Amino acid sequence: MPATPDLQCIELTKDFSDFRAVDQVSFDVPPGSFFSILGPSGCGKTTLLRMIAGFQFPTSGDLKIKGKSMIGVGPNKRPVSMVFQHLALFPMMNIGENVGFGLRQRGVNKSEIKQRVERVLDRVGLPGITERQVSQLSGGQKQRVAIARCMVLEPDVLLLDEPLGALDLKLREHMKIELKSLQSAFNTTFVYITHDQSEALVMSDKIAVMNKGRFDQIGTARELYYDPNSAFVAGFVGDANRFEGKITAVNGDAVTMITDNGSHLKARTITERVTEGQHVQIFIRPEAIQLTLEAVGGADEYMIESVLFNGANSLAILRDPATGDLLNVTLPQTGAFLGLGKGDRVHARWEPEQARCYPGEGR
Amino acid sequence: MTSDRSKLGFYLLLAPLLLWLVLLIILPHIGLFFVSISEKVGVRQYETGLGNYAVFFNEPLYWRTFARTAIMSISTTALTLILGFPIAYYIAKMTRGRTKTTLFLMCLIPFWVSELVRTFGWMILLRETGIVSNALQYLGLTAGPVEFLYNDAAIMVGLVYTSILFMIVPLVTTLDSLDDSMIEAGYDLGGTGVSILREIIIPHAMPGIVSGCIVVFMLSLGNYLTPILLGGKDSLWFTGLIYTQFITRFNWELGSAFGFLLLALSSGIVFVGLKLSRQTLSETMGR
Repeated sequence: MPATPDLQCIELTKDFSDFRAVDQVSFDVPPGSFFSILGPSGCGKTTLLRMIAGFQFPTSGDLKIKGKSMIGVGPNKRPVSMVFQHLALFPMMNIGENVGFGLRQRGVNKSEIKQRVERVLDRVGLPGITERQVSQLSGGQKQRVAIARCMVLEPDVLLLDEPLGALDLKLREHMKIELKSLQSAFNTTFVYITHDQSEALVMSDKIAVMNKGRFDQIGTARELYYDPNSAFVAGFVGDANRFEGKITAVNGDAVTMITDNGSHLKARTITERVTEGQHVQIFIRPEAIQLTLEAVGGADEYMIESVLFNGANSLAILRDPATGDLLNVTLPQTGAFLGLGKGDRVHARWEPEQARCYPGEGR
Repeated sequence: MTSDRSKLGFYLLLAPLLLWLVLLIILPHIGLFFVSISEKVGVRQYETGLGNYAVFFNEPLYWRTFARTAIMSISTTALTLILGFPIAYYIAKMTRGRTKTTLFLMCLIPFWVSELVRTFGWMILLRETGIVSNALQYLGLTAGPVEFLYNDAAIMVGLVYTSILFMIVPLVTTLDSLDDSMIEAGYDLGGTGVSILREIIIPHAMPGIVSGCIVVFMLSLGNYLTPILLGGKDSLWFTGLIYTQFITRFNWELGSAFGFLLLALSSGIVFVGLKLSRQTLSETMGR
């Protein structure tokens, strides 16, 4: 029998007066894992997190932490702690008092509080800063203090509400790695919500993609990236070229589609059978497209619309001269494509297996 | 050239404030101070000395009234804070948008009416033949009419009522600036309502509390109308004594000395209050 999950949501639903923010969400988070909820703003992820923390109560469904139902339990009685979006460190207290706040509420004696505060600050890599004021810390240090303030209480689940959003890019990249290593060092279950897919992909053991109050897919970063099960996930996780059109031919799971502008594209269906004449969307990752200078078998000729240089992530935007459809392609860093510029002609092709076809239209 | 002109502009803009301070505050005080240290020894004969101040300390009625005024003002301030804080917290934290503006306006509306009229309003409520007394008789809770006016409680009610707005406004401003997530973080870390109030909300609101208290205390200490009207002729208030010296007794020398003692008292208590709450004047008034 598997261990009791640290956090378990069973058909959790939250209705507001005029709309449903969270719609029958069910998931388990096993102990010691890093679970992310990824979704665009307004998808209900913050409401979900606030229900887990206890600031909002679900309309229906159940929420269990270590097997115990948390319905009707206040936020100060739950074994979860939360790192707020803007951290919410108390400016009226110094760092030691901030980190010791939770222990003081539990009535732990002073000398033990001092010891535990120092120990946890040591673990997050900030020894000897108990006397400093919050305003004297840098963004990254504040982040670590906020985590220490929660971890000193040894919660079963740590909730993080987009805590990296306010940091600049360099620090954000650094904190991603640091958060992951802190999580494995404390071996505590982290539930992390974000709208930034790269944060979720880098750090998480499992990611749930949330859209309009529902979980579209739960899986590892790899599964979501290479095997998205819906058009929303395919478009939201990672970059992708998206085409809309009608099916012209079906052969098993291989299909041919014609876009509204008249390009013929080959792809593979994922979830459901499609029929001829049906409206579908096709997603192709920019790195799945092979670029050549000379014409090779099966490659179409394109004109370069522009080159977006961004180091190793440089992109070329190609235009199909016949139909005007645009295609984003990752520029291989082999040197052969260095001199490309607007108006040059190149050839591009991709394996039909790499193009994924989903029924339905629009987003 | 330009710097001369901008200097001229600076002094012109400063002029009204300087005129106000020098002509209406500093000069009269210097004048009053000289009046207060001159003793009358004969008809139109004066000597310099501290005799007027000695009169105050030698006459128990004077310094007892003085102490009574101070203690009642401090109690009024404390009561106003206790009553005003929940109201301010409700306006700042529990309401949004339109409701907030409406509630704020409702606190303000009574102040569109003159203080005299408002105080008479309290008299209509509290007097022997007033609404409260009649209601109690009607409900059969008392046998005969009850006089609620002309005691210290009535003065206190009047003072709290006149000054509560000046407590609520700075409190709402400081409480508004407290991020809701601070309070949530407090709960999340296991805090109870009481500990969050004590460790997070009150420390944050301290500048507002102190500035509200200073204003309310000054208003109560210097109030003349409310203690006279609601307290009746037996109720002594230090401003009443000053009035008597100046107008009834025509003893400007003693009146001025009383005025300076009141100034010293209010400054002293505000200073002690700031020290006790570990705030500075610039911090509380600068917001």
